Order: sequence, then C-alpha cells, then structure tokens
Amino acid sequence: MSAMNDSLVIAHRNLIRMGRIPEMLVFGLLQPIMFVVLFTYVFGGSIRVGSSISPQAYREFLMAGIFAQTVTFATAGAGAGIADDMHKGLIDRFRSLPMARGAVLTGRTLADLVQTALTLIVLAIVAVIVGWRTHENFGKVLAGFGLLLLFGYAFSWIGALIGLSVRTPEAATSGGLIWLFPLTFISNAFVDANQMPAFLRHIAEWNPFSATVQACRELFGNLPPGFRTPDAWPMQHPVWASLIWSAVIILLFRTLAVRKYRRAHG
Amino acid sequence: MPGAIYAEGLVKHFGDVKALDGVDLDVPEGTVLGLLGPNGAGKTTTVRCLTTLLRPDRGTAIVAGIDVLKHPDAVRRSVGLSGQFAAVDEYLTGRENLQMVGQLYQMRAKAAKQRAAELLEQFHLTDAADRPTKTYSGGMRRRLDLAAALVVRPPVMFMDEPTTGLDPRNRQQLWDVIKQLVSGGTTLLLTTQYLEEADHLAHDICVVDHGRVIARGTSDQLKAQTGGERVEVVVRDRGHITAAVEVLSGFGKGETTVEEHTRKLTVPVSGGAKLLAEVIRELDSRDIEMDDVGLRRPTLDDVFLSLTGHLAEEKPGESSEAEGPKARKHTKEPAQ
Ligand SMILES: Nc1ncnc2c1ncn2[C@@H]1O[C@H](COP(=O)(O)OP(=O)(O)O)[C@@H](O)[C@H]1O
Ligand SMILES: [Mg+2]
Repeated sequence: MSAMNDSLVIAHRNLIRMGRIPEMLVFGLLQPIMFVVLFTYVFGGSIRVGSSISPQAYREFLMAGIFAQTVTFATAGAGAGIADDMHKGLIDRFRSLPMARGAVLTGRTLADLVQTALTLIVLAIVAVIVGWRTHENFGKVLAGFGLLLLFGYAFSWIGALIGLSVRTPEAATSGGLIWLFPLTFISNAFVDANQMPAFLRHIAEWNPFSATVQACRELFGNLPPGFRTPDAWPMQHPVWASLIWSAVIILLFRTLAVRKYRRAHG
Repeated sequence: MPGAIYAEGLVKHFGDVKALDGVDLDVPEGTVLGLLGPNGAGKTTTVRCLTTLLRPDRGTAIVAGIDVLKHPDAVRRSVGLSGQFAAVDEYLTGRENLQMVGQLYQMRAKAAKQRAAELLEQFHLTDAADRPTKTYSGGMRRRLDLAAALVVRPPVMFMDEPTTGLDPRNRQQLWDVIKQLVSGGTTLLLTTQYLEEADHLAHDICVVDHGRVIARGTSDQLKAQTGGERVEVVVRDRGHITAAVEVLSGFGKGETTVEEHTRKLTVPVSGGAKLLAEVIRELDSRDIEMDDVGLRRPTLDDVFLSLTGHLAEEKPGESSEAEGPKARKHTKEPAQ
C-alpha cells in the first residue's frame, strides 16, 4: 500500500523534473529519428530483407527494430537519474525516510516508462511520415507497443542497477549505452538475421532484443515478403519469448537493484 | 537510562580505513551534542550509522529509545537528518521538495502541503517557495534542507556540518534557527569543524579524531583542561621587557613566556578581568608602555591543539578563527 504510494510520489517528482528539463526528451528523440531517416534513405534500397530489396519493405521491416532500440535507451536515462540522485545526496535523504525500500527505484522506472511512451508516440509519427505502415488490426498494433513498453521498462531496471553501481551520472549514461550497441546490432533489428554467419545467427535468434523485434513485426504485419521465420524457439514464439525475457530481466535486476539500494553508501 | 541518542563501541571500517574505532556517545533528551573534529575524523560516518544509512561493523546504537540495528524503520520515523551536503532536488521548487518529503514521511498530500507552507514561512523562504531550488543561494538551500528534516517535528535531529561553506551572515541565521529548534525540546547531534560553532550551540562537546572520541565535556570543562586563562601583554619598548616580566610574574600562577621579536609576554592567571585591571595599573605605574594588553581565554582551537597535537582543519572563511592558535604555535609552551 504505502509502497505503491511512495513509488507514485517519486514518479511524480521525476516527471516534474522531466518537464523542467525538456532538452532531455528532445535529445532522447534525436538519435532514433536520425536512425529512421538514415536507414530509410541511405540503406533503404540496398538491404535485402526476406526476398525483397524494395525500400518500402525495408522501411516497414526497420521500424520495429528502431522502436525496440529506442525503448532500451531508458537504461541510460534511469541509470543517469539514479546516479545523479546518489551524487547529490538525495538517495541519502530518501534512505533516511520511513518509506518503502524499493520505491525510489520503482518511481524512477515508472517515470521513465512515461518518457518512453512519449518518445514512442513521436517516433511513430515520424515513422508514418517517412512511409511506415502497419497491416494488422489496431488491437495487435497496440499489443506490439505494449510489448515494447514492457521491454523498455525491464531495461530501465538494468539502468537502475548501473546507476547505483557507478560514481557519476556520466558514467551511468555511457555504461547504460555502450553494451546496447552490440546487443542491438547482433540482432534482427536492422538486418535479416537469416543472412548472418551461423555463429552470429544463433546469438541473434536468442537475443532478447530479437524476440521483441520479431513479435512487433508480426503484430504490426511488417514481416517482409518471402521472409523465412527461423526455427529457434524464441523466433517461433516471439510474443511469449519477449514477455518471458522482460519478466526475467525485471525480476533479476529489480532484486539486485533493490538489494544494492538498501546497502548503498555512496 | 540511556539518553535520546546513545551509542556504545561503534566500529566501522572501510577496507583498511578505521572510520570509526569504538565511538561511545550519550546525549540526554533535550540537549545538544557537538561532535567536533577535523576532516576525516569520522563525524559523517557516526551520523550515518545513527540514522540507519550505514550498518556499523560492531557496536550498539539506540536513538529515541529504539534500537537502530533492530528497528531501522521505527528510527526513521523519529529522526530528522540534515546531511553534510544539502539534499534537495534542484529542479523542484522549495515547496515541492518539502511536500515530497512530507508525503514520504507518510503524511497525506493535503497535510504535507500545509506543513510545507508552514516551514517555508518559518525559514523565510516564502518568497522563493515556487522557484526551482537551483536558483537558491547556498544558505537558502541549507535552510530548505533543514526544513525538510523538520517536516514531522522529529524528537531527535542530526545535522552534519550544517554551516560549512556558508558566509558569516547565513551562518548566524542558521544558528538562530537551530537555537529556536533546541529551545523547543529537540535533542540534537550536530557535527562541525567550526570550533566556535560547537562552543555556541552545544551543551556538551565530543572531540573526535581518527574515529575515536578523544575528549568530552562542556566547553568550559574542555577549556579548563587546556590550562585556563592568560594575560597577554605587548610592550612598546623592547627595553621594558625585563621589567614587565617582573610585574607579570607577580600576578601569574605559572612561568611567564616571552616572545622577543614581537615583544609579547604571556602568563597563566586566575582572577579574570579584575586581575587584568590590576596588571594594567601596575604596568602603568612603572611607566611601561603597552601596545596591546588583554585577557585571553582558551578557544576550542587551543583545546584541539593540546589534545591532538595538530590544528583542526582550516576551511576557507575560517581564517579569522584560526588566527589565535596559529600565533600560539610560535609561542613556547610554559614548562609544567
Ligand atoms: N564510503 C566510504 N568508503 C571508504 N572510505 C570512507 C567512506 N566513507 C568514509 N570513509 C573514510 O572514513 C574516514 C572518516 O570519514 P568521515 O566520517 O566522512 O569523516 P568526517 O565526516 O569527520 O570528515 C575518512 O578517512 C574517509 O575517507
Ligand atoms: Mg563529514
């Protein structure tokens, strides 16, 4: 009861901050928008997905990948925010109050969820402008965005743990981003993983990233013509795989982060 | 019956660093304890152990009658903490900060709002209440931090170096606030590097160094330990030194020390202002001209120096307070 209330108080506080630092939101959008534009217009006609190399097929294929990459940037946001709170002594203030133990972190991740949702909305509009279309019913499309949000929420818990483990907000930002690049690139996010060498292909098929991306492509109706779904279990059941991955990440990293928070003496 | 803050044998090591090496404290209800020590003495670590932020390796701590190690949450409900660095959210306004803290103390939103308004008024922050605290001065931020610690009117308060880095005017203001608070019956543990501050605010003082309490008592007791008061005379003419020594030795209860190049004579005495007047009359009657004469009571700086053999850390802005002991360093100690 009080745990939920405390989390909401902290989430509210972080949302107020967000409103007063709008440049954070803007910069958070620039990179994915740049990716949308660059990938669409620079690589658009030259990357083969499924049996197609048409720009439109790639555009539709690409968006789920960019959405998934974008939601995982919440890692950096949560990490930097919590490291900043540690640095400025706010965590000490919170830890001296009779509040629920996990609330500072839960509140932060909830606020990041709101930010991720806003980012996704803007990004989806940009995507539609450059020609992205969905081919499934509205319910499925919404379900796709739901999976993305859950996935982003899970990653913000990884960010929370990073934020508690480093000394400065800057370190949390780079610590939150640096491993995301290999993770997103060794996946099906930007290319058809079927065309990777066998070794990388296996990694890509079991990459938590790929499950969410594949699930979204199915739910958006964005699988390219002639696309052969790999035999790996997560690719055959991408929605389940995405849900399981997100749940596992949340359970594991929430436990670790809350334990670390209770012991923190920064 | 242990006091409102009680600690026995607190030990905390960080790797090889013995931050606390067996600290004992006992602060009676309604009194102020000044924890005095230089940088790195273990003041913050003590406060963190007593406010549940840090688990000591060994020892007992009881705050407001509650065992800190066994019931940390109950302790958190009964204490207010103002840490070494003002912990306020810079993007929130003063009002929002206080409301948030109130709600996290489990007050209802409405009650938290009302309490925030009261505190803003009490701490003279009403005009700035709706500006993000980023725009506040250091002193305002400190006051807000203190206000946050007082949201639930806790019976026990901890303040870690509340005035470090403040200019004299802000420091004076904060002292007034603290005195007002204490007159309301709050038990307070205050850490400071400013010796003058402990002298000013605390009933009892614990001097800490290297994680250990090296002396405790009232300010007067500590001063008495250091050797009481002295008369100090600076004669105008070097030729008069011998005659002046003769006069001073007649009044003093110890040996007179002489610093030739500054023509300064010092002698331990007892008898206060009355004796000083007699000294002056006697010197005058012998036509010994004086540039300066005065009764010097030992400051806590002297206490610190005599206890630890080194000075308390000097901070920017403290230079005037540090002048006394610096001068004394060059004076030969009277042989006992
Ligand atoms: N989290 C920590 N990790 C390692 N060493 C620490 C930590 N906190 C304090 N110390 C060390 O413990 C000693 C006491 O520190 P502290 O209690 O902050 O002193 P003070 O507040 O009196 O300046 C110092 O030597 C400090 O470097
Ligand atoms: Mg300190």
